[in-house]
Amino acid sequence: MGIAQRLRQVKKFMDGVLGADKYDRYLAHHRANHPGTAPMNEREFWKDYSAWQESNPQGRCC
Amino acid sequence: MSSNHTLPPSAVDPQVAEREERRWTPARIIIWAAIALLGGVAWAILAFSRGETINAIWFVFAAVCTYLVAYRFYSKFIERKVAKPDDTRATPGESINNGRDFVPTDRRVLFGHHFAAIAGAGPLVGPVLAAQMGYLPGTIWIIVGVVLAGAVQDYLVLFFSMRRGGRSLGQMAREELGLIGGTAALLATLAIMIIIVAILALVVVNALGESAWGVYSVALTIPIALFMGVYLRFIRPGKVLEVSVIGFALLMFAIISGRWIAESAWGAEFFHLERTTIAWAIIIYGFIAAVLPVWLLLAPRDYLSTFMKIGVIALLAVAIIVVRPEIDVPAVSEFASRADGPVVSGSLFPFLFVTIACGALSGFHALISSGTTPKLVQKERQTRFIGYGGMLMESFVAIMALVAAISIDRGIYFAMNASAAATGGTVETAVQFVNSLGLAGVHLEPHMLTELAANVGEESVVSRTGGAPTLAVGIATIMHQWFGGAAMMGFWYHFAIMFEALFILTAVDAGTRVARFMLQDTIGNVIPKFKDTSWRPGAWVCTAIMVAGWGYILILGVTDPLGGINTFFPLFGISNQLLAAIALAIVMTIMAKRGNFKYLWVVILPLAFAVVVTFVASWQKIFSADTKVGYFANHNAYREALANGETSLGSTEGVEAMEAVVRNTGVQGWLSVIFLLLAIIVVTAAVVATIRARISGSDESTEDPYVASKIYAPQGIISTPAEKELEAQWDAYYAATGTSRESAGH
Repeated sequence: MGIAQRLRQVKKFMDGVLGADKYDRYLAHHRANHPGTAPMNEREFWKDYSAWQESNPQGRCC
Repeated sequence: MSSNHTLPPSAVDPQVAEREERRWTPARIIIWAAIALLGGVAWAILAFSRGETINAIWFVFAAVCTYLVAYRFYSKFIERKVAKPDDTRATPGESINNGRDFVPTDRRVLFGHHFAAIAGAGPLVGPVLAAQMGYLPGTIWIIVGVVLAGAVQDYLVLFFSMRRGGRSLGQMAREELGLIGGTAALLATLAIMIIIVAILALVVVNALGESAWGVYSVALTIPIALFMGVYLRFIRPGKVLEVSVIGFALLMFAIISGRWIAESAWGAEFFHLERTTIAWAIIIYGFIAAVLPVWLLLAPRDYLSTFMKIGVIALLAVAIIVVRPEIDVPAVSEFASRADGPVVSGSLFPFLFVTIACGALSGFHALISSGTTPKLVQKERQTRFIGYGGMLMESFVAIMALVAAISIDRGIYFAMNASAAATGGTVETAVQFVNSLGLAGVHLEPHMLTELAANVGEESVVSRTGGAPTLAVGIATIMHQWFGGAAMMGFWYHFAIMFEALFILTAVDAGTRVARFMLQDTIGNVIPKFKDTSWRPGAWVCTAIMVAGWGYILILGVTDPLGGINTFFPLFGISNQLLAAIALAIVMTIMAKRGNFKYLWVVILPLAFAVVVTFVASWQKIFSADTKVGYFANHNAYREALANGETSLGSTEGVEAMEAVVRNTGVQGWLSVIFLLLAIIVVTAAVVATIRARISGSDESTEDPYVASKIYAPQGIISTPAEKELEAQWDAYYAATGTSRESAGH
């Protein structure tokens, strides 16, 4: 495996752990479940996501 | 979607999987024999070497080999006999898949995600304090404890919560234990969260007190996080990794520029803050952070903290392996059998087991293993890797913290960790105190303390209690040998302080928010309006109550004449272990209701241990006549002295300080009583439910109904031939139908 490919893997992993890939996953989810309707754009999605986070706090451990 | 392609199976044929697991090829036998042998040798060296130095690499070998064996054999045994996962069954992530919190997530990513959520400052601090008893007791408890208790709890809570749509621990308690047990579990969780946030905040305050460099760089994390929040919201939405890298670079600048600030006259004065001032700042910060919009401060800080967590822990592991420091701390120290240790009081049993909570067994993890992570699991069998494996990883963090703490000189260790009441707070009196302890091989010289302080850029290192500064010195000691030399020690020290502070402040605001929601939900049962979490007055009132709760204990800790952390830390450990007992009791009840009595010992073993340890520890804290151990014994001694008109007792001078001791020991004592009573109620309810299930042969199940899975993924990191073959079938299927696993919806 080349270095570039490994770096891409690390990026993909960190994106996943941080939750940076949420929008891509939402798009995939949207395509599969609500075909024919327009998905939110990236800005709208993240706004919507923080609004949801507002009422669904996630714990962090000690 | 094309219908002429049939869906491949959603699980490896159980018989094939069984055969693969049980097939012992010569290569396999050799590998496992080598792992076992290396682990055995490492343990023998740790256990039997006396009087000479010992290389830190043996800690790594003992830990990693034990983890591998435990993961391969014990967790597999638990999977087979207790959890009994079924990969043909859809996880809640798959069946509900709402693109938000229920999302089937790649197992490796979820492992990182789960680990980042469970690991924090806890596993870093406890082992440092427990190092006063020598390295061996702590090492054994961290490694054996995680294998038989901590990882078992995390795994089974994760699994059973996953089978229940990702329900929270509180909801499961209510369902399994009934109204009384459930309510007690909820109250205990709330009280424990308050205590944990308070003690963690106390650790930060102690690390930053009278440290201009530390205050400056940690304070800068707030504007950095705000900048990141604005960047993500308005400039480049969704570019999380990008902004985390920028944030990390800014963080490094904050640490580096801290030296300039600390060395400048105005900076040293402006950022030199008393510990009470810092405590108030954190209380105000905690309130504001908890009511501000999540995107502005909480979310970006969390990204930064996660980014640092993964990076620093990997860095530390590499550094320990590269530097391999020599350890000259005794295996079992003088304080293991005595109750008057200057760092934490009380004898090895039970106080070692409450001092090291996270890293061996942490009840707090049950709150993450239920609720958050189970909704993200892709396949049932992956819970072993994520739950059990994730906790093994946290245990390894604790071992690294222990290694860092014991790689510094023992004399310095005691000068840093004994309370100011004992050391007198100055270099001369601290040297005198440490040398008077009469510890074998310990001889402290004043220049050792002043040189260290100068190297790490602090005014003084005497009585910098709380574990974080000691760990930071340990990390700096290891890291500067690998990178940067003595000139870099200050950087590494403040780097370590920074990342601990970052974890803790994240836990403080996230904890306050979670506790606020729990409180709103509880009050909502009486005043329904409170259930609406977007109702601002309700949110503000409940946040204020929670912040007042932990803020009060924080202020008591900071102003405690007896040293704060030394007297309050046992409460942290006891409450965390009591929460573990509650979680394990719920797991036991679920297993009993499943009719699995034959293997109930898997849970009874850690449950019984946690119950004995925490009950004995609480008992001693409440009833011990030894003023070094018992809160009420001390309480009464001071009360009596005051009544007799005395103006000093022990190292406490003045009536005001004595009154503070009376008040603090009273609060500590009553908190112990409350925790103990709540835990007794929960455990009793669980035992009753278990016995009832045994007698009536209950087969009632609170599991969600079976839904067939339509996706497949392997269970761990290394796939077996059968797993690879099935994955290939699925790849072919997705290619032929033009779909992907991500798009599989319901």
